[in-house]
Amino acid sequence: MRYLNQIGRYFIFLNKVFARPESLKMYYRQIIIEIGNLGINSIGIVAIISVFIGAVITIQTAINITNPIFPKYIISLTVRDSILLEFSSSVVALILAGKVGSNIASEIGTMRVTEQIDALEIFGVNSASYLALPKIVASMFFFPILTILSMVIGIWGGWVAGVASGDITSDEYIYGIQYEFLPYYIVYGLIKVVVFAFIITTISAYNGYTVNGGSLEVGQASTRAVVYSSVAILFFNVVLTILLLQ
Amino acid sequence: MISVNNIYKSFNGKQVLKDISVTFERGKTNLVIGQSGSGKTVLLKCIVGLFEPDSGEVKYEDVIFNKLNSREKREIRKKIGMLFQGGALFDSATVEENILFPLNMFTEIPLEEKLERVNVCLNRVNIINANHLYPSELSGGMKKRVAIARAIALKPQYLFCDEPNSGLDPKSSILIDNLIKEITEEYDITTIINTHDMNSVMEIGQKVVFIFEGTKAWEGSNQDILESDNKILNDFVFATNLTKKLKLK
Repeated sequence: MRYLNQIGRYFIFLNKVFARPESLKMYYRQIIIEIGNLGINSIGIVAIISVFIGAVITIQTAINITNPIFPKYIISLTVRDSILLEFSSSVVALILAGKVGSNIASEIGTMRVTEQIDALEIFGVNSASYLALPKIVASMFFFPILTILSMVIGIWGGWVAGVASGDITSDEYIYGIQYEFLPYYIVYGLIKVVVFAFIITTISAYNGYTVNGGSLEVGQASTRAVVYSSVAILFFNVVLTILLLQ
Repeated sequence: MISVNNIYKSFNGKQVLKDISVTFERGKTNLVIGQSGSGKTVLLKCIVGLFEPDSGEVKYEDVIFNKLNSREKREIRKKIGMLFQGGALFDSATVEENILFPLNMFTEIPLEEKLERVNVCLNRVNIINANHLYPSELSGGMKKRVAIARAIALKPQYLFCDEPNSGLDPKSSILIDNLIKEITEEYDITTIINTHDMNSVMEIGQKVVFIFEGTKAWEGSNQDILESDNKILNDFVFATNLTKKLKLK
């Protein structure tokens, strides 16, 4: 019953978030700021994780393909499909749920307990919309760019690891990543990450916005934001996979 | 003028405000006093619409505020300035950006005029050369003064102050009190101040409303307090040895 109540309040919050903005100019400025905070500041972590995951998939696939019947390019084909289909969208989204989700919930939660949200309301500003909408727009715009970056860097990381370890030659690797390539896999990954960006920002903003208490509750809201966002991402990953790939 | 008629408010079954009716006059500093937990902040938040009263009405001039829809309430709120207990300055914005916020949000005047207004407001609260500082770089008294500057940026008709002196030394407190009183008279606005600071009451309390356990227990001016024989009020106001001596005189 408590969860149903929370879900209902979440949708009421969304209704408030998507109300008509008071000043488009101010919202535009906030979107630019949030692209920096939520998107550009996440490039580093996405790049580091992608390069290492690409490398690990290459090495693990090479270890498991011991039968000489299988051509070597299967290694890079596996890396490509793993990264395009799952890693760069779903796993990167889970990582961003941790980084960006906790950031959003703690920022808005702190604004709530220090009465900054009340101050916005007193100014006659729709605080839910002003605080959450720029974050939603910024992440739905920039997370796909992070995903493309992750795809490129992950596949490059696999190439570096494969060639450096001698498991695969550069030509075999490049042949593998081009073999029966379906551009739709990229579209599929991008559609998923746009949905995940919406999930991460709205759930985290809701948890921050509804904080009641002090610093302890802000911490709890931050944890809840990450957990709920992650569970929602995993659930919608299955739903979107059925809808988009079957 | 703001009037509150028969306001009731409860949280989780606990009655916090009980049948409060009071009128706050324009051009005067109206003080709401009472012990911590007596319901002062809840009353203030009901008046500005941050809490919805269970019953009763809040009137701004002739408009019943708590019956308006959220868009209509926002129009009234554009005429309101509020000083929060902790200042509630936006942490991620500089002093200048904090004061620019309402101007950017609700006015179309050129940036030069907005910056001019920012400097007028900062000068009014005696803050100079702090435009580019962040709230974390300001003292408690400076934060309160910047918050006042932000509250008056749009030339409000109503000013609300929640515990403006909390956490301040006596000298800074008097400075803030006098500033609020001067602004009230200068702009001819309706000011409501929540406080339990008796110095403030005696300094600027042109009208004082005493709240006790969620009900209005007394109202009058700061001079009337000295002559009042209301036991609950006297127990609160003359709680210290110093104030007891003042009463005996």
